[in-house]
Amino acid sequence: MRRNTLNIGSGIDGLTVFLYFALVLFGWLNIYSVVYKPDLDPGLFNLSYRHTKQILWIATSLVIIFFVLTSDYRTLDTLAYIIYGFIILLLLYVMIAGREIKGARSWIELGPFGLQPAEFAKCATALALAKYLSSPWARADYWNTKLIAGALVAFPMALIVLQGDAGTALIFTAFGLALYRERIIPNWVMILGFLLAALFIITLAIPFNLIRYYLVIPIISIALLYILLQKRRSVWLILGTCIVAGMLILYIGAVSIIFEHLEPHQKNRIMVLLDEDIDPRGREERYNLHHSQIAIGSGGLLGKGFRQGTQTKFNYVPEQSTDFIFCTIGEEYGFLGSFLTIGLFTLLLYRLLLIAERQRDKFVRIYAYSVAGIIFLHFAINIAMTIGLFPVVGIPLPFLSYGGSSLWGFTILLFILIKLDSHRDQQMIRQ
Amino acid sequence: MHENRKWAILALISLTSLIFLVKLLSIQVLNDEYKRKADGVSIKTIPIYPHRGVILDRNSKELVVNIPVFDLIVIPAQVRIPDTLALCELLNLEKSEFVEEMGKAMKYSMEKPSTLLKQISRSEFHRIQDRLIDYPGFYPSSRTIRHYPENVMAHALGYIGEISEGAKEQDTSKYYALGDYVGISGIEATYERELRGVKGVRYVWRDNMGREKGKFKEGRYDTASIAGTNLIATVDLEIQKYAEELMQHKKGAIVAIEPATGEVLAMVSAPTYNPNLLTGRSFSQNFGNLLLNENKPLFNRAIRAKYPPGSTFKTVQSLIAQQEGVINRHTVFACNKALVKCHFHPTCDLQHSIQHSCNPYYYRVFRRIVHQNKITMNDSIAQVASDGDLNQGYQTWLDYMDAFNLGRKTGIDLANEIDGYIPEIELYNDRYGEDNWNFSNIYSLGIGQGEVGVLPLQLANLAAIIANRGYYYTPHLIKKIGEQDKRPEFKIKHAVPVDEKHFDLITQGMYDAYKMGTVAYYAIIPGLDLCGKTGTAQNPHGEDHSVFIAFAPRENPKIAIAVTVENAGFGGSWAAPIAALLVDKYLNGEISKPSLDEMVRKKSFVLEPNPVITLNQASNTP
Repeated sequence: MRRNTLNIGSGIDGLTVFLYFALVLFGWLNIYSVVYKPDLDPGLFNLSYRHTKQILWIATSLVIIFFVLTSDYRTLDTLAYIIYGFIILLLLYVMIAGREIKGARSWIELGPFGLQPAEFAKCATALALAKYLSSPWARADYWNTKLIAGALVAFPMALIVLQGDAGTALIFTAFGLALYRERIIPNWVMILGFLLAALFIITLAIPFNLIRYYLVIPIISIALLYILLQKRRSVWLILGTCIVAGMLILYIGAVSIIFEHLEPHQKNRIMVLLDEDIDPRGREERYNLHHSQIAIGSGGLLGKGFRQGTQTKFNYVPEQSTDFIFCTIGEEYGFLGSFLTIGLFTLLLYRLLLIAERQRDKFVRIYAYSVAGIIFLHFAINIAMTIGLFPVVGIPLPFLSYGGSSLWGFTILLFILIKLDSHRDQQMIRQ
Repeated sequence: MHENRKWAILALISLTSLIFLVKLLSIQVLNDEYKRKADGVSIKTIPIYPHRGVILDRNSKELVVNIPVFDLIVIPAQVRIPDTLALCELLNLEKSEFVEEMGKAMKYSMEKPSTLLKQISRSEFHRIQDRLIDYPGFYPSSRTIRHYPENVMAHALGYIGEISEGAKEQDTSKYYALGDYVGISGIEATYERELRGVKGVRYVWRDNMGREKGKFKEGRYDTASIAGTNLIATVDLEIQKYAEELMQHKKGAIVAIEPATGEVLAMVSAPTYNPNLLTGRSFSQNFGNLLLNENKPLFNRAIRAKYPPGSTFKTVQSLIAQQEGVINRHTVFACNKALVKCHFHPTCDLQHSIQHSCNPYYYRVFRRIVHQNKITMNDSIAQVASDGDLNQGYQTWLDYMDAFNLGRKTGIDLANEIDGYIPEIELYNDRYGEDNWNFSNIYSLGIGQGEVGVLPLQLANLAAIIANRGYYYTPHLIKKIGEQDKRPEFKIKHAVPVDEKHFDLITQGMYDAYKMGTVAYYAIIPGLDLCGKTGTAQNPHGEDHSVFIAFAPRENPKIAIAVTVENAGFGGSWAAPIAALLVDKYLNGEISKPSLDEMVRKKSFVLEPNPVITLNQASNTP
């Protein structure tokens, strides 16, 4: 990294910056390809097209990067709660006065552009969480620490759910990674979480009326068998086993009931993954998944070439420049492009973990894990939904998807970390 | 503890990426199902329809051609209408009609083209086309439909229509797509392969709304269409037209054949219909009307109606009898009206039996044929004592019938031809029991009555055999297929097993029959060198059918003809004049007896006024 007179470059992690620009430029190339049609050459400078707008977003991101890198890193630590408070206010504001797009009232109108405070809430929450957990009175084994940390995450998450943007809210579970790393969340909770998630899927995959045969009866049988096999049949053991079995059964029942009460489109998004024949082709959810998979699958090993995608080009795939940008990559660059994209993300995430672990300062480490968690969850859910491993959730692919809020949000998120990391040799001065 | 958790997180990320790569490897590289699906949805195959071959008559006059029709297409999403009233005026539509049609188009699709106006006339179209530029979203479109400039020969030419689901299933070559036009009857059906040509294909990209988005791979895989082959028919348009005119207000059929080649010069089934009714947009409505009409105008009587041949059958009986040696030129039978009814005429030898059409004569001739001339008690109404084997004799006679192509398909190049009917031995065995039937059960066959049913086409072919003195070519309607000669099966000469010498007397008898025999006096055209035989087919449902077969001139015959007029009585009264007029017209190129022409044209044997015939008069030029 070149060191200039402003001394921006000193200590900056070159690989991370490189990966950032690689992803952003690759993203732009694909957005351009999406806009380009055989019968329409949009040129490069028409602001009514997304690839031109994205140039604008990238340019403004550069300005943001400049400001982040030249700012005093200590202010972030100082202002963490204020930023958090401000974002919470913004979230409340959009719930009342925001613009509604696709069922989510989460946009602030700024002339022709729209901004989503939820995109910035991730960054603010990460800062606030880092600030709180690095404070001397936060102790991992204290219940109130766990509660406050949980509340810091849950509050903006709840507001975003109320805005109707379940996808972005889901991303807030990414803080679980940082909380796990800081031992706020114990191992067994993580394991239990994954088990319950697996059970959730299994419950849905089995038709409701068969659940009692495939899940409830085995659970009761295993519980009874466990009790009978115990030599010392203490009342507590029997009681405990019964409670666990009962809770499992309750959970299964709850999943079914919750599922029954989901919005129809949410239900369909889940069910199309589990059952190929759940509803005839043409239903929107099946359609999206179907065409998304066709687009990626038809790319083959090397893809159809830049701007040669057909499925994405002819609008078979929805939201191609935003949430489904990976379809364009998969179709036009084939498995090679998929491999490259996943490789870049994996490398970035490894690097972020490495950055996190090399911090002496707890604040930066927690923040780094939050950033890694957020990017990881975005990446994982986005790719999984385009290739049919996860229900369609409207979240962008970091750095690649079209969109100002998204790009700005991730740029700020990442470059704050880069900035903090560049001062890793200096001791954070605490108030 | 912290270290473990770091690795757990690292493992989670790695595992996720690995799962993605495996899944992507599977759908992108290992599975080409998606590739096929992608092509299936995004590449649209657009057929290019070739020009369907036209059909000309033997003198290269147009029988069927293609004419362009113009439609106005609308793509609702692109429509901008500066002034609706002006547009309605331009299109000659009421505003309400326009709104309704637009509504239909919009309901169908905003993005895909719909037809707003169908079959606009050429002049109208040119007027509209110039001003369409002011109305985005409206496009002219032209396509071709079949057109019959002379409004003739509906049955033989047949018609085309959208292919049915069933016909599409049966087509093993998988050539047709739903909505394709295909020859459904007549020549259009028989020569479908030649006429249709070969469809071309164009591949274009199509987007999610079904809109075209440019050529697939710059049209590398596109193929041009190959135009259909033009056909030259054997028919003489002038004769065909005249024959149809003469058959106005009548039911029946006319088939005229050039004996030397088997080429059909005219084929009429009356009542006929204007073939232009079955083209274009009114097809279904007109087809329905024609189908329901009580006179069955869609029924091609020439190849599908079985009529008893009546006395025309005596020609073939006399030929068989001579060949079998059961009679000779000197054989005389009294006109014994006790055997079978007859009219008043002198006692006949063979030649005169044809001239006067003596029924008892042919009663005995047929009896001799089936009893192999082994009749001991001659000429009696009483039980015939015979040593002959009836089965064997009748089988011999059946073999002759087959050789004369009576009661079986001729193999003409038209679909749907039927066999006709000559009763097999089995029929009588079934009806009376084996060996339990005798001549009295079958005698009426000898004079062309009873169970026998012969097609007008087969009768014409019989006339051609007599004209040729013993051979025929399978009748056919197509002379040339593009640059190629007619189908090979029509160039095979079929001989009948009767010696040429036996035809002399018959020919003379037929010559006399026309000149001074059973033919009505008014039907005699002076100077017309015609040999004919009348027939009156008894019809249990009403007035007898009038039948006449003829050929002319007597030496080197140029035309053989069979005319059947339903419910018109004696063969000599109506069928013979029609045949005479047609032969005269064909040989001499003119109508030398206008009084007869006028009389025939005016005569009607259709009790109910026939709307189809009325329609036929009206010019129908789209």
